[in-house]
Amino acid sequence: MEIGLNHYLVLSTILFAIGLVGVMKRKNLLLLFFATEILLNSVNIAFAAISHYYGDLTGQMFAFFVIAIAASEVAVGLGLLIVWFKRHGNIDLDSMTSMRG
Amino acid sequence: MFEAVAFYLFAFLTIAMFYIVVTTKQALYALTALAAGMIFISAFFFILGADFLGAIQIIVYTGAVMALYAFGMMFFDTTRDVKEKQGNKFIIVGLSTLAAILVVVIFAAPMVSENVVALYPIVEGVGNTQEVGVVLFTKYLIPFELAAVMLLVAMIAGIVLAGKKMDLSLTLMNSEEIEEAKKQKNKKVLS
Amino acid sequence: MEKFLYIALFAPLVSSLFAALFTTTKKKTFVGIIASLLIFTAFASSSVLLAHILNNGAPIHVEMMTWMATGDLYIPFGFVVDQVSVTMMMVVTLVSTIVHIYSIGYMDHDKSFNRFFAWLSAFVFSMMILVMSDNYAGLFIGWEGVGLCSWGLIGFWFHKESATWAANEAFIMNRIADLGMLIGIFLVYWNTGTLQYDGAFEAFKTLDTATLTWIGIFLFIGAMGKSAQFPLHTWLADAMEGPTPVSALIHAATMVTAGVYLVIRSNELYDLIPHVGLFIASLGAFVALFAASMALVNRDMKRIIAYSTLSQLGYMFAAAGLGAYWVALFHLMAHAFFKALLFLGAGNVMHAMHDELDPFKMGGLKKVMKGTFIMMTLASVALAGIFPLAGFFSKDAILEAAFVEHHYIIYSVLLFTAGLTAFYSFRLVALIFHGEERYKLFGIHPHEAYKFMLVAMSPLLILAIIAGAMKGTYYEMVISVLPETEYHIHSHLVYWVMTIGTQLFVIGAVVYAYKKYADWKSVPDGSSDVEQSFMYKLLYNQYYIPYAYEEYIVKPYREISEIFWTKVDMKVVDATVDGIAGIIYGTGEKTRDMQSGNLSTMLKWMVAGTVALLSLAVVFGLAARNSDEIVAILSALGVM
Repeated sequence: MEIGLNHYLVLSTILFAIGLVGVMKRKNLLLLFFATEILLNSVNIAFAAISHYYGDLTGQMFAFFVIAIAASEVAVGLGLLIVWFKRHGNIDLDSMTSMRG
Repeated sequence: MFEAVAFYLFAFLTIAMFYIVVTTKQALYALTALAAGMIFISAFFFILGADFLGAIQIIVYTGAVMALYAFGMMFFDTTRDVKEKQGNKFIIVGLSTLAAILVVVIFAAPMVSENVVALYPIVEGVGNTQEVGVVLFTKYLIPFELAAVMLLVAMIAGIVLAGKKMDLSLTLMNSEEIEEAKKQKNKKVLS
Repeated sequence: MEKFLYIALFAPLVSSLFAALFTTTKKKTFVGIIASLLIFTAFASSSVLLAHILNNGAPIHVEMMTWMATGDLYIPFGFVVDQVSVTMMMVVTLVSTIVHIYSIGYMDHDKSFNRFFAWLSAFVFSMMILVMSDNYAGLFIGWEGVGLCSWGLIGFWFHKESATWAANEAFIMNRIADLGMLIGIFLVYWNTGTLQYDGAFEAFKTLDTATLTWIGIFLFIGAMGKSAQFPLHTWLADAMEGPTPVSALIHAATMVTAGVYLVIRSNELYDLIPHVGLFIASLGAFVALFAASMALVNRDMKRIIAYSTLSQLGYMFAAAGLGAYWVALFHLMAHAFFKALLFLGAGNVMHAMHDELDPFKMGGLKKVMKGTFIMMTLASVALAGIFPLAGFFSKDAILEAAFVEHHYIIYSVLLFTAGLTAFYSFRLVALIFHGEERYKLFGIHPHEAYKFMLVAMSPLLILAIIAGAMKGTYYEMVISVLPETEYHIHSHLVYWVMTIGTQLFVIGAVVYAYKKYADWKSVPDGSSDVEQSFMYKLLYNQYYIPYAYEEYIVKPYREISEIFWTKVDMKVVDATVDGIAGIIYGTGEKTRDMQSGNLSTMLKWMVAGTVALLSLAVVFGLAARNSDEIVAILSALGVM
């Protein structure tokens, strides 16, 4: 049984869907961040797989930069999260309604 | 054969871990499951011959990002159950599945029809790390440097944001002190 | 000469615009003075043009600019000054100059003094366009312009319900007729391909009679509306709600004669269709008698004069219909002078009597208002057609024309009407100026009008007296444009018998009127035998025609409108519009929840949007991939 690109893509998609569920379902900001990590990782798998099957390193490069971005996002996001928690005592999404039109 | 077994095993494990991440009520479980999922993902990278990427995955994600999360969680009350009142679960799952299927259709359809899988098998002349290094420091030098600057900026931002009023700990204060601190902070934080 | 043409045309416009600047400010006498001066300028220019034409100068034809040029349609703003239009220009500018000056005094106490002059001058401008245009389209602009100004002036005192009603009635009646006029103009263009008078008249000669008949009828319907001929006559009497100078200028001297002018202008058309001409003449004779009969018993001074105007318009149409266009135009001119004079005199009386209009409540005013008395008496003499005043020459010519053309019924009707005219005119004069001073019962202290108003009226008086003497010159002038029809009764004996007989008949009517009304004692209260009689009631109620219109046209129309309003407009048109608005509003109301500010909801919407876009990408990707097959299927289905 040969494992082809489609297998990886399907796996990536399943993970992406799980991530999306998390994004929509979670009300806790920290867990929302976890869900976004899942999204990024699922995309990374797709990049690596495409890179492998095309024989082109560009995919890996992109995965590499995605990881860098994820790291920065976590740093800044957690900082903001802490500030928010200090002000309001919770990190509940439903309490963040200041963007109401 | 070995590849197929490894793929299915890790695929199952990853999906299971990530499923726990999005469903569990305990933030700590979620954190642990996420860390495990990250490591399992690195396995795919190794299978795909992207050794460097796999190593990075483990070091950066599991080592740095998850550690950062773990430290960040110290600020929050993690023993408390995450309260989640949900509207329509069907919508969430349905939308996600639909999106996923569409993405698969978009990506997979052309590749299957053009049968690109067999056309470019990877030929390992040199080590993956070496290859990555060559490409990264020639073609992607400027993005690489920009990423470095971005990380630096993110680091400083994280420190500045999280580092304010480090002397106050909400978990160690009683409620009156918290109220007092809130009043002051509303004026001073982020100022 | 073109310079004078433009001055004559645009001085009233300048005057109107100038006065319009001050419409919202309070009364400023200089507005009236400057407007009068500008109108006088137009009058002076018209005089120069008249002198030019009289010296056998060629008609002046200018084309100011192109108005419409699309395909075969070419309509310029062209103006022509020939013998006919210069006559009309003289009448219009002269009467309007006098009315402008007179109005300075008459409207003295009115707070909308400036607005009055703006409208009045605008009217003169429209009238000038009407008479000077060299094509039917330009004539129509002027036609509508005078209609609009007439509306604005009848309803000048718009705070009075009756005035606004009368203004709307006049406007709507005229619109009905204008539809006919417009159809006529379209027919002219349809059949001749041009609206220029010269070109159209040239082309008429080649058209068949049926077409020409339709054109003639439709154009005449327009003329009927503007000149208030039966059955569209009711508006003219109601139009007396407007200020009296307006009645003098618009509803006696100029605008109402526009219909006659149209027929005269189109004389080459009506010459080709004598049966339509005969219809016009018959209708004219009928209206002359019909209107005169209503004037006999009316108790409203201005309405009596209005009916008299109507009657005289009937005379003009009778003459024009019989082919005696120059006679019609001559009577138009003479009538303009003495009728305007009569109206202005009535205005003086009205002022003196504090807007009392019932002549039975006046009497004996000749002691107080000597000037007005003399003027109105002479105007009435002229109106009655007594030698040697203007009315004699013009009216006599109409009678002669009818006689010579062997239309004896029309002749006898017109003759009888001449007697009625004399009777009601002097009934009015006798009731107002002679007899007992009945106004004392009502505690009114009459006074004579301002001196300058009387002076302003004097040119009209002079013209009403001497206009007859100009008949020869006038005839020489207009025959170069209008058909040369001399009416000479072959036998001298018949001529003298006719003339003297008519004069005696008319004078008899005058004497009878004096005898009956000069010593009137009391104000009638509707109890006398005469007032109880059927004829009196019929005439007093204007043959119940306004009542019939109200009952059988206005009320059903209102009911239909009501049905259309509630059923069609509210339930279909409004419902559609409201429905669209409701859908949009409802959508907004529902989707407002999207903007709850809740991040979680927003994320869900974001995902939904992503899914939608991805679906689109898939659909279009598939479509692009299989475009050939799709085209094949569609063509097989016969869609493309």
